[in-house]
Amino acid sequence: MPGKIFVYVIHREGTADDTALELLAAAKKIDPEASVTALVAGSDKELENVVKQIAPSFNEVWKIDHESLSYIIAETLRPMLARIIPKGSILLIPHEHFSMDLSPGLSIKLEAAFIPDVVAFEDIKENKLTAIREEFSGQVSTHVMCDISQGVVISVRSGAFKPEATAAGKGQIVDKTSEALSGGIPNGKRRYLEVIEAETGEVDITKSDILVSVGRGIEDQDNMDIIYELAETMGGDISCSRPIVDARWLDKSRQVGTSGKTVKPKVYLALGISGSFQHLGGIKGSPFIIAINKNPKAPIFQIADVGIIADILEFVPELTGKIEEIKG
Amino acid sequence: MEILVCVKRVPDTAENEIIVNRDGTDIEREDLVFSVNEWDNYAVEEAIQIKDKVGGNVTVITVGNDDAEEVVRREMAMGADRGILLCDEAFEGSDGKGIASILKAEIVKGKYDLVLTGAQADDGAGQVGGMLAAMLDWPFASLVNKIEVIDDKKILVGREIAGGNQEINEIDLPCVLSIQTGINEPRYVGIRGIRKVASADIPVHGANDLELSPELVGPAGSLVKRLDFFVPEPGEGAKMLEGNTQEILDKLVEILKSKGGIK
Repeated sequence: MPGKIFVYVIHREGTADDTALELLAAAKKIDPEASVTALVAGSDKELENVVKQIAPSFNEVWKIDHESLSYIIAETLRPMLARIIPKGSILLIPHEHFSMDLSPGLSIKLEAAFIPDVVAFEDIKENKLTAIREEFSGQVSTHVMCDISQGVVISVRSGAFKPEATAAGKGQIVDKTSEALSGGIPNGKRRYLEVIEAETGEVDITKSDILVSVGRGIEDQDNMDIIYELAETMGGDISCSRPIVDARWLDKSRQVGTSGKTVKPKVYLALGISGSFQHLGGIKGSPFIIAINKNPKAPIFQIADVGIIADILEFVPELTGKIEEIKG
Repeated sequence: MEILVCVKRVPDTAENEIIVNRDGTDIEREDLVFSVNEWDNYAVEEAIQIKDKVGGNVTVITVGNDDAEEVVRREMAMGADRGILLCDEAFEGSDGKGIASILKAEIVKGKYDLVLTGAQADDGAGQVGGMLAAMLDWPFASLVNKIEVIDDKKILVGREIAGGNQEINEIDLPCVLSIQTGINEPRYVGIRGIRKVASADIPVHGANDLELSPELVGPAGSLVKRLDFFVPEPGEGAKMLEGNTQEILDKLVEILKSKGGIK
């Protein structure tokens, strides 16, 4: 059987992230009998609150409590984790921006394997763990087999596992601070300065009921007019996926996704958007999703309610005309 | 400043539909359009902009076969000063750690202040930069969307975190950064630019040149192995509207009205 299984718990303002219980479920997929340990770092009261929340769900909670972790940067935490995580362990961590910073380097420091952005686990035989991940913007999946005899760091896509419902833990709290700090406070080649909050922009798309959202399929800035016209006819607001912001065709405040805004409209019209998991991660509140895309294999059709295979450059002006017609 | 940018030749997913071959061992590569990984292109542009401000050299490097040379040349046409191709049969089948080991071996032979990678490539892993930094014991930041040179010892780095917020850090050189798309607007490369570098010398370094022990790379050095490619069983998915355009429009407008999609 594999080594000890850890779940790294992300938290914000004293509240544990939903991924804590998702990753607990993921850990049970690897080994249903596993005694799973939560790993949480932070400082002072906020950390205490988080530990209290998660303790009932886990057998053990390992905490690192230090003022240098009041805002956690990976360069500070990584050496601490490398000191306390036993050889051969399995560490699960939510696949998002913090893991992008922390995990690849942590696997090197632990001399362990690394599997990024896992969406499912297939099986485990001896020291060979088989997992499923996606490549080519989600167009294709792969099975990867990993030798975990030296341990493994696995980043897990959020939303891929249903949270573990039962609270079956003993919740024993173990303070690992002094062990993590043995050898001194890691520092200081990367120093955190501040977080600059995103601007809201002229329209707050997080409050919109109808979103007309445009992606790479629009192809050229000159074509953006057809989107403006449709949005105006429908009485909706315009949002977009990442490539449109990268191209500077719309302001960052219009971007839907994990690195943009989280929206919760009633109706979401996805025009020429392929539907990467980062984009879908920004759509909450189960809106009615209509996807129009010329690629029948676009992942967006998997999650949309209604789909149309069409080139938006041709279809959107027709749709605008039709709506104008019925509105008189 | 001496800047190294690590790039990769990948199938262009915006241009191609990726299809798995019959026995699931690979994707169909015959008709694919290949280009430089989108993220890497932003990294090269950023390196050139830094060089234009503070001086120095930009070197573009890739691990790959002979075909990979074309992306190095393309990035040199953007304005990079040098290119290096790391190519050896022994490198084939390396996992992310193997690729990082190969790059490290080249980097320690040079004298670089800043190493840039794309935040991710076609496999969506986003791992090589972070591994490389850990192997070199250099500081690292991922998803970088802003770089300002403070002096020859340190830089100011913005990175993209949740909700479109930006985390600002000060980082000592040398360091490794992985670059997010949107950090700049990569310049256009025309035919003339490509012609100018057509005969530029791109040295090829193999395992021996890098004094790289074989057990670190290739299948032998890989803890993670891809077993197959497959297309997951589609779920129920969307209700697809079919028929001629008029019929589709009629149905769609009805749906929009009933769901509150028309004000």
